[in-house]
Amino acid sequence: MHELGIVFHIIRTVEDVAKQNDVTCIRRVTLQLGEVSGVVESYLQDCWKWAAAKTDLLPGAELTVETIPAITQCRACGQQYETVRYGRTCPHCQSPDTYLVQGNEMLIKEIEAVEADETK
Amino acid sequence: MDTVKILEVKQSIFASNDEQAAALRKELKEKKVFLLNLMSAPGSGKTTTLRRTIAALKDELRIGVMEADIDSDVDARAIAETGAKAIQLHTGGMCHLDAEMTRQGLAGLGEEGLDLVVLENVGNLVCPAEFDTGSVKNAMILSVPEGHDKPLKYPLMFQVCDVVLVNKIDVLPYFDFDMDKCRAYVAMRNPNAKVIPLCARTGEGMEEWTRWLKEQVSQWQA
Repeated sequence: MHELGIVFHIIRTVEDVAKQNDVTCIRRVTLQLGEVSGVVESYLQDCWKWAAAKTDLLPGAELTVETIPAITQCRACGQQYETVRYGRTCPHCQSPDTYLVQGNEMLIKEIEAVEADETK
Repeated sequence: MDTVKILEVKQSIFASNDEQAAALRKELKEKKVFLLNLMSAPGSGKTTTLRRTIAALKDELRIGVMEADIDSDVDARAIAETGAKAIQLHTGGMCHLDAEMTRQGLAGLGEEGLDLVVLENVGNLVCPAEFDTGSVKNAMILSVPEGHDKPLKYPLMFQVCDVVLVNKIDVLPYFDFDMDKCRAYVAMRNPNAKVIPLCARTGEGMEEWTRWLKEQVSQWQA
């Protein structure tokens, strides 16, 4: 359900970008999602197929997801570690005083548009 | 032959929603309408708390309520009994409201002339936290039976909240709920969040909450 709302927002943004660039057909949208962004890619793909098919611009367009690894920084000892593996407690010094450096991103990276060549 | 063109976007998925939310907040400021986004898990007592809140403030503030649910209008009926202006919003299966849906809801409610509009978001601690509705402040209700460790399990919800109401404190003796730990966990996620223990059923603690809310409304309208 969460993924459906996200898909609607992606489509809205893609439609805006397409309009600004006079693009009428899109064959791929590439996202960058953080490892701990909370988005489940398989759900996102299902919602995408359903929602994209209903638009003029995006029927059949592929959704590609690039994953950004999650990294946490420890304030106590200054070291970084893999968030997914160790969670919020620093594996180097056991401090809970940590924060996420990257990994909760939800970005639209780029759009691949197809233009029919009318010069031939 | 077809040519392929790559358009760089590099934009957050939430950017368009964030823009719409900011625009909505600006309009509400001009209209002197304070919008509170009330979030919680299902069954934490949102509607009961709201009914008490309306009863305490209805002589001082003109109040409207938007009840967001996937289906049904039981909550809007319960609110309408208090005399507040109420509208039911159906999200059509979606688990949250975004800024555009909130704007449509406000138009349906008719927010002109109201001091306080409460948006009762869909009962859910995950998705509503991601989408800025355009509200001036965010409040969430955590009820005692849910446990004091909720801020650890749903960090984003607590990060975005300005105030956390710990509801159903009348049942504290029957649960292993540690209020000090709860406060500490909320502070870990959001040091600026205010924690108010209360019981919407008995009215205990309601005064602190309604005073806070009244102050927020008058600051917004100033």
